[in-house]
Amino acid sequence: MTAPVLEVRDLRKYFPIRGGLTARLAAKVHAVDGISFDLHRGETLGLVGESGCGKSTAGKAVLKLIEPTSGTIKLEGRDITRLRRSELRPLRREMQMIFQDPFSSLNPRMSAGQIVAEALAVHGIGRGSERIERVAALFQRVGLRPDQMAEFPHAFSGGQRQRIGIARALAVQPKVIVGDEPVSALDVSIQAQVINLLMDVQEELGLAYLFIAHDLAVVQHIAHRVAVMYLGRIVELADKRALFGEPLHPYTEALLSAVPIPDPRSRHRKRAVLSGDVPSPVNPPAGCHFHTRCPYATERCRVEAPELRELKPGHFVSCHRH
Amino acid sequence: MLEIEDLQTHLLFRGGTLRAVDGFSCSLRPGETLGIVGESGCGKSMTALSILRLVPSPPGKIVGGAIRLDGRNLLALGEAEMREIRGNAISMIFQEPMTSLNPVVTIGRQIGEAIALHQGLGRRAALERTVEMLRMVHIAEPERRLDEFPHQISGGMRQRVMIAMALSCNPRVLLADEPTTALDVTIQAQILALMAELQQRLGTAIILITHDMGVIAENADRVVVMYAGRKVEEAPVEALFAAPLHPYTKGLLRSIPRLDLSITADAGRHRLAEIAGTVPPLSQLPPGCSFSPRCPFATDICRREHPPLEEKAPGHFATCWHSSQVAGAGP
Repeated sequence: MTAPVLEVRDLRKYFPIRGGLTARLAAKVHAVDGISFDLHRGETLGLVGESGCGKSTAGKAVLKLIEPTSGTIKLEGRDITRLRRSELRPLRREMQMIFQDPFSSLNPRMSAGQIVAEALAVHGIGRGSERIERVAALFQRVGLRPDQMAEFPHAFSGGQRQRIGIARALAVQPKVIVGDEPVSALDVSIQAQVINLLMDVQEELGLAYLFIAHDLAVVQHIAHRVAVMYLGRIVELADKRALFGEPLHPYTEALLSAVPIPDPRSRHRKRAVLSGDVPSPVNPPAGCHFHTRCPYATERCRVEAPELRELKPGHFVSCHRH
Repeated sequence: MLEIEDLQTHLLFRGGTLRAVDGFSCSLRPGETLGIVGESGCGKSMTALSILRLVPSPPGKIVGGAIRLDGRNLLALGEAEMREIRGNAISMIFQEPMTSLNPVVTIGRQIGEAIALHQGLGRRAALERTVEMLRMVHIAEPERRLDEFPHQISGGMRQRVMIAMALSCNPRVLLADEPTTALDVTIQAQILALMAELQQRLGTAIILITHDMGVIAENADRVVVMYAGRKVEEAPVEALFAAPLHPYTKGLLRSIPRLDLSITADAGRHRLAEIAGTVPPLSQLPPGCSFSPRCPFATDICRREHPPLEEKAPGHFATCWHSSQVAGAGP
């Protein structure tokens, strides 16, 4: 296998909570608590988990949109973790992001064409009419008409706005795209169009996607490998067929069985319904973070955090049962 | 028990009128769950708000039709009589519990208030009933929660509080508008299981409004599919999923990624079936069938005349000129 485009090792991001008159450090939110993964060319790694599990923070930290607390991030073998802003700027071309909300991620005072052209201008790609031609080609690529370049974001529907966001990300010919819930704000019939578009351009350009989402059916469709996060940690990481076919972590199992299946005949299937809520990431439980909701938890789980181990080739699990 | 007949809820603007709900009819039987499914702007929430006469006005206005609860037309009632019905005979839970709970009133007082108001109970009795309701929706240590404010509890728990509040007066009908959309899947499973359990116990009829076909498949007895303000299909849940008769329903079912199918069915990644185009804005509905510009089955008649709602099989209604072709076109 070729070297990964992106290597993330033991990435952590803690947010301080300050309190009192002196703004002393009162506590820390353990948003991302030591995660590691590789991402290869042409591959989609799905990052799933429930709200507050740290998946969005992980995505931003990987792109250095927020400063990681510790850990390393390597882009094509080069350690970018400690680079300064100015050193990072040329590398931003290689890594782009697509956001969840197609309404707030586009500047309402710029035309759709300007929004995409700005990405080219920032990196000094093309000029004058050449740049306009490039934007027109990008519009066509994402299923918009070039004559729509003059229109402003409010004139577009949610799905079309997400296409503009994709065109903007593709403009600088990145190697890695982090998508943070890129289809979850869209209606079902539009969601399919955008998913198909993302998969088509990936195949064409060999892009690597880090696809962050809470919708497991969407992730199962688009991803090659999937990482499941719970309270800041990856609890299971595997090829999608292994992960969805034979999940090994009790949390993955519960998550999968909670997804409603659009088939009335599967109504009475056996389900592992979890009780309780996700604990606070300010004071995550000791030992395995999941032990407070785990039906199999033992004394050991309450004191000792399990490591993420490779149980089968490519199938990583952090659970004392295995 | 609840009957909606030819409901017309319009949005009146200076520039013109939008038919948010355009001739909607359906009925609800005691103890059943009726699912209403559709995409944003299809009129599903407007229908629910119309039932309680809570359509934001202006611009909204119910301009025609009838809504009968046990034979009594709610649209003919005075505001005072209507207040008697809301939260009592018919109550509603919303998608975002944080915005529908009062942030500066404790949980105990919010639920207690409704109980005292509708059931004429004294403070003490209302308090006891509140604790009982919180226990019924599986909130641990209910006495402790009474003095807490909505922001102090989790999203799942807030939704439980809303359900407790909605069910506190034993309503005959519960309107649930995207009740689990803001929640994580594991919490969604808990809330839906709770609603089913309470329905069994109390015999409440539920109108479950959602965009999620999975939630519909697992919870509804009968399903209504809406598109651009109109009902396009209605059927028992098994029939709707096994043999949809409207091309829109069929398209929706084919366009969703399926957790249960694709693991075994395909080794690689296939393309999802798309529904071409987008939902037209209500101001620019095409003549004839509203779905015709996006429909692979559309012919001249579809572009000219709106198809009537017809019973194509026992209990299975659809508005489509070509439903027999749709049924024959395979999954």
